[in-house]
Amino acid sequence: MNKKTVKRAFIASLPIMAGYVVLGMGFGVLLNKAGYSCLWAVLICVTVFSGTMQYVGVDLLASGASVLQAALMTLMVNARHLFYGISMLERYKDMGWRKWYAFFGLTDETYSIVCSDPELPEGVDRRNFNFLLTLMNHCYWIIGGFLGALLSSALPFNSTGLEFSMTALFVSVFVEQWEKSENHIAAVIGLSVSLICLIIFGADGFLIPAMIGISIGLFAFRKKIEGDGKRDKH
Amino acid sequence: MINTEHSLIIIAVMAGVTIVLRLLPYFVFSKNTPKAVLYLGNVLPYSIVAMLLVYCLKEVDITAGNHGIPEFIAVLLAAVLHKRKHNTLLTILAATICYMVLVQRFFS
Repeated sequence: MNKKTVKRAFIASLPIMAGYVVLGMGFGVLLNKAGYSCLWAVLICVTVFSGTMQYVGVDLLASGASVLQAALMTLMVNARHLFYGISMLERYKDMGWRKWYAFFGLTDETYSIVCSDPELPEGVDRRNFNFLLTLMNHCYWIIGGFLGALLSSALPFNSTGLEFSMTALFVSVFVEQWEKSENHIAAVIGLSVSLICLIIFGADGFLIPAMIGISIGLFAFRKKIEGDGKRDKH
Repeated sequence: MINTEHSLIIIAVMAGVTIVLRLLPYFVFSKNTPKAVLYLGNVLPYSIVAMLLVYCLKEVDITAGNHGIPEFIAVLLAAVLHKRKHNTLLTILAATICYMVLVQRFFS
């Protein structure tokens, strides 16, 4: 892995750094309040590495949930990852041993960066870039979780609203993709179906209906989306 | 806090199910990817990023509290700024600082 690739991956990971450290800390604080030390936070951040699920997981741990409850909850909260894997079949297929880790660490944020197919200068190996980006993000997440559980109630400044950095990241990726695509049908389907499902099913239950709705929508408009072509770089 | 053993089991379940969800498409489709799945893989990012955006803003209540005004302003700023400058870091810094000032000073 050459220096150039490391540098490039680091630059690409910067937008995620603040968000992960802060969200990781938020998780650490909650976990600590539920009676777990920072070592537990590290263990969970290393193995689960899924923001939303870890927040839900604190409740599961605190309430002494059963194995079945934990499994079903994880299935529902993280079902969207099935979609991420599908988008990565092509992008990760030549990554060799690195792909196992890259698939394991495929979070919302890493997905959104890799899927925007960032342009890489010559000499930067995309396989190593994807691998390192995942690894760096994982490190930010672990550091955040550790610090949160360690410092817990003694946080140095008012961080209210800092979690907006993730929203801002998705806005920038959305704009980027919008400009890259010839027609905007897929983006419009994603936005409208998600909003409709949010209104109908509420904040806690809209993800799965939205995913089903988006799939149906994408197939219903397949001819139109593919017909305008050239929106895909592969 | 529940006992150590049960805690470890719950964590293992969360980690295990998440890993399966992340790797399943690869195991099922890597050898022989149907055209429909390839198509989905190509267009999904456009829809899913929109879905994630809605997901981030799901707790916003336009009928109560701040009526989503800080979120609206900060998202608008992020979109306009990114359209103009195409600098992800700048977009995130500016929009996040703007949002923090709004919720801490003006809408608290």
